[in-house]
Amino acid sequence: MNFKLIQNIAVSLLLARWRQTLVAAIGVTFSITMFITLLSFMSGLNDLLDGLILNRTPHVRLYKEIKSSDFQPVDIHSKKTKQYNFIRSIKPKAERLEIQNSAAIIKNLKTDPRVLGVAPKVTAQVFYHVGVIEITGVINGIDPEAENKLFFFNDYVTEGNFMDLKNIPNSIILGKGAAEKMLAQIGDVVQITSSKGERLSLKVVGFFQSGLQDIDNVQSYASISTTQKLLGESNNYITDLQVKLNDILLAPDVAKEYQRIYEIEAIDIQTANSQFETGSSVRSLISYAVGITLLIVAGFGIYNILNMMIYEKMDSIAILKAIGFSGKDVNRIFILIALSIGVFGGFLGLLGGFGLSAIIDQIPFNTNSLPTVKTYPINYNPRYYLIGTIFAIITTYLAGYFPSRKASKIDPVIIIRGK
Amino acid sequence: MSQIILEAQGISKSFHDPVTIPVLKDISFTLNKGEFVSVIGKSGCGKSTLLYILSTMDTDYEGNLIIDQVSMQGKNEGELAIVRNEKIGFVFQFHYLLNEFSVLENVMLPGQKLGKYSPKEIKERAYQKLKILGIENEALKKPNQLSGGQKQRVAIARALINDPLIIMGDEPTGNLDKKNSEIVFDIFKELADVYGQSLLIVTHDNEFASRTQRIIEMQDGSIIRM
Repeated sequence: MNFKLIQNIAVSLLLARWRQTLVAAIGVTFSITMFITLLSFMSGLNDLLDGLILNRTPHVRLYKEIKSSDFQPVDIHSKKTKQYNFIRSIKPKAERLEIQNSAAIIKNLKTDPRVLGVAPKVTAQVFYHVGVIEITGVINGIDPEAENKLFFFNDYVTEGNFMDLKNIPNSIILGKGAAEKMLAQIGDVVQITSSKGERLSLKVVGFFQSGLQDIDNVQSYASISTTQKLLGESNNYITDLQVKLNDILLAPDVAKEYQRIYEIEAIDIQTANSQFETGSSVRSLISYAVGITLLIVAGFGIYNILNMMIYEKMDSIAILKAIGFSGKDVNRIFILIALSIGVFGGFLGLLGGFGLSAIIDQIPFNTNSLPTVKTYPINYNPRYYLIGTIFAIITTYLAGYFPSRKASKIDPVIIIRGK
Repeated sequence: MSQIILEAQGISKSFHDPVTIPVLKDISFTLNKGEFVSVIGKSGCGKSTLLYILSTMDTDYEGNLIIDQVSMQGKNEGELAIVRNEKIGFVFQFHYLLNEFSVLENVMLPGQKLGKYSPKEIKERAYQKLKILGIENEALKKPNQLSGGQKQRVAIARALINDPLIIMGDEPTGNLDKKNSEIVFDIFKELADVYGQSLLIVTHDNEFASRTQRIIEMQDGSIIRM
């Protein structure tokens, strides 16, 4: 149809009231800017906090748990009877924490297409010697390369080179908190005693800082072979297998499957860290709620201005109808006005949102607990820009819909005769 | 016999608020092509109401209205808008020009809406109509820069742009001084005599009416002379 004519009239009406139009457009711009900035910032923070745990947590962890057997000898006897046995104070039998046949399991896991990588680990309970005092701690024996590839180990090594764990025999990367207590510097030699009484001198090659104080106070890293030596175990002694999957969402199913196949304990990341997911989703929900509220307020602004415009232009609308414009045409004119405010304001809002996010991204944010973060985190996800655009158009359309309908229903006779 | 372009068949209308008052009672008449007709009557006799019904803007009535051999009954709002656009040119007591547009654009608007001619042709036609009315020099001004008489002439030019079947006027000279009324009447007369344009003008100016070809006089909602 004669869209160009309708466009022409809409533009003229817009320009006749350009100040109000501008205010309405600025309202949309402001709300879209805040919507995008808020979501980008909030989701940047979410990613940061989740990354603290999720990056370093295996999607599936395979380990052996010391626990009493679910199936006791007496159950054999009463299997086919209707008896039920109550046995108290069952103790687990002497068992090693070692995952049996770990080499074969690793080989098998690596062929699974869902698996991104496997990092073996040996955990050892130790004492750090500070003069005559002993501090409890944990040493994780790791494969530095695999650990870095899968869990970004290097991001948390604040001083020293993590590869030294492999290259320098009998070396250790101390947790920052533990190192401070021991007054240890890089190059120093620290004394470690294992829970079994084995004593070893290890050379400090770096410091490790996770951002979680409790971990940094006790945890240190050494190579797998050093840890095995400390524990006095053979070189196939592995206590944990950390599996990273291609898709984190598969973790619960995969964990169950591995538990069945390999007959060891398997825990998935969702079960182990459920509180993080809850926190993230609630934070996103709040930012969406605030953002959408802003947009709705902007929508009311547009609604008001269009309403006013329609009252002001009542005569013009009546005359347009008298010279042959239908209610539909009038409706289109006002919807077009509303949408142009929305599109124009929304577009500026996208730019504003990007600009403001970029500025926040430059603000220094130094905290001891987060060694890799230097500025405020921002997530530039195009999804927020898309949602912002869609919402701007929908709210302005709705804001324009009711006034436009009113305009289209104006009876020209009443206006013209009313004079 | 000349061609009938507008026919009213038993048109009645009542206002229902707060009590039912009949305004138009069984009005029937015909209008031929090329006629210059005036409708007169005292204030409140229903002549304007009749005009709005005839112009298809008011649809709340009983009876039948036939424009150009087509009944207006049962047509929806959009279809009636097309009829108004194509077949009826309207001149009001007030000029009702859009101040956002120039004089030329105001005149072009109904033509653009009709979309029968190219934009260039519409522009040419608009100039041509303004020329007939002797105001082509004001074409690029805004309506609020013109005098009352000039504005009314622009409104007439706008009514003419689509070569309508009939021009309807609701007291088109009611708001003008003697001199400008004279000019507007002469224009109507010229349109009727030279261009064969049909005109239906509601007026309370008996002198104006006496110079038209035919007078329809109304009283209390009925036609008493035609």
